[in-house]
Amino acid sequence: MVRVGWGLMNPFSKDFKSGIADAWPMFLAYVPIAALWGTLAAAKGFSPLEAMLMSAFLYAGASQFVAIEMWGAAQSILLLIFTIFIINVRHVLYAASISRHMGGIPHRWHPALMYILTDEAWALLERKALTQPLTLGYYLGVAFPLWPTWFLSSAIGAFIGKQLPDPALIGLDFAFAAMFIAILAGFWKGPRTGAVIIASAVVAVLAKTYFSGAWYIILGGLAGVAVAALLHSEAEA
Amino acid sequence: MSNLFTVHFTTFLAIIGMGIATYSTRLSGLLLMRGVVVQGRLKAALDAVPPAVLMAVITPTVFMTGKAETIAAAVTGAVAFFRLPLLVVILSGIFSVVLFRHLI
Repeated sequence: MVRVGWGLMNPFSKDFKSGIADAWPMFLAYVPIAALWGTLAAAKGFSPLEAMLMSAFLYAGASQFVAIEMWGAAQSILLLIFTIFIINVRHVLYAASISRHMGGIPHRWHPALMYILTDEAWALLERKALTQPLTLGYYLGVAFPLWPTWFLSSAIGAFIGKQLPDPALIGLDFAFAAMFIAILAGFWKGPRTGAVIIASAVVAVLAKTYFSGAWYIILGGLAGVAVAALLHSEAEA
Repeated sequence: MSNLFTVHFTTFLAIIGMGIATYSTRLSGLLLMRGVVVQGRLKAALDAVPPAVLMAVITPTVFMTGKAETIAAAVTGAVAFFRLPLLVVILSGIFSVVLFRHLI
């Protein structure tokens, strides 16, 4: 795009910068969490390059912590892969939901954009989509820089080894929960939303109590979605 | 320095396998929605995905970790209710969790 003058930006870079402006607290949160993960991976014998490859290819924080936890103790690679799949199956819901707001983005971009759809990027994108359709620039501004931030910080953590302080000491482990609470508040539309999140929380507590692993996310999420579908009445649609 | 760049074959295989498993979850949501007209009950269900899944994701942290986390989550929720900027909400959560972990 031809630059027509100082102070005028093309829509792509304007949206890209707006995405970065919304997501930058997450960059700060990703660095210590990824570095911590890198130290745990190094303790299990991962080289910095292996840690970086895993962060770049898997790119899903919670499941990476589980994978490192299971590493060496897992009975087989297939069990490990299946476990990771179960933890990450919530992304099916993320992608189905967010794709409805991607009508303004050329289709050839969609598969690549799904690759960088983390919990945090997705939550921020859903928040934006409450008020306006997503653009390619905004999506990339939110989601893309988080990816190298994550895998480079992982490699650095694995390189440094075990000397990093625990992020919990300064409450950083709570940063993601706090962000999800903030975004959750934006989805409040009245008592029905209350019913949805109560169903989700109750089922998540039960699932977390009675099943090991990450079933609580998908079971709690589906319970909330089911309540929303049940409460829907065609008359008001 | 060579061990910085060591890549074991089984590690590589596991990484590729887990990567494909994860990407398949991200891609399948997109493919499922191709050509689907979203309205009525389906729209109500999909509209509930963000609050439902976000709630499920934070449930262990908020309700099953300790009193400090539960109170900090309530404080964060109260701050979020006033639609303050995202960073302010996150910082209030971090600050209150540190405070209540210290107090309790």
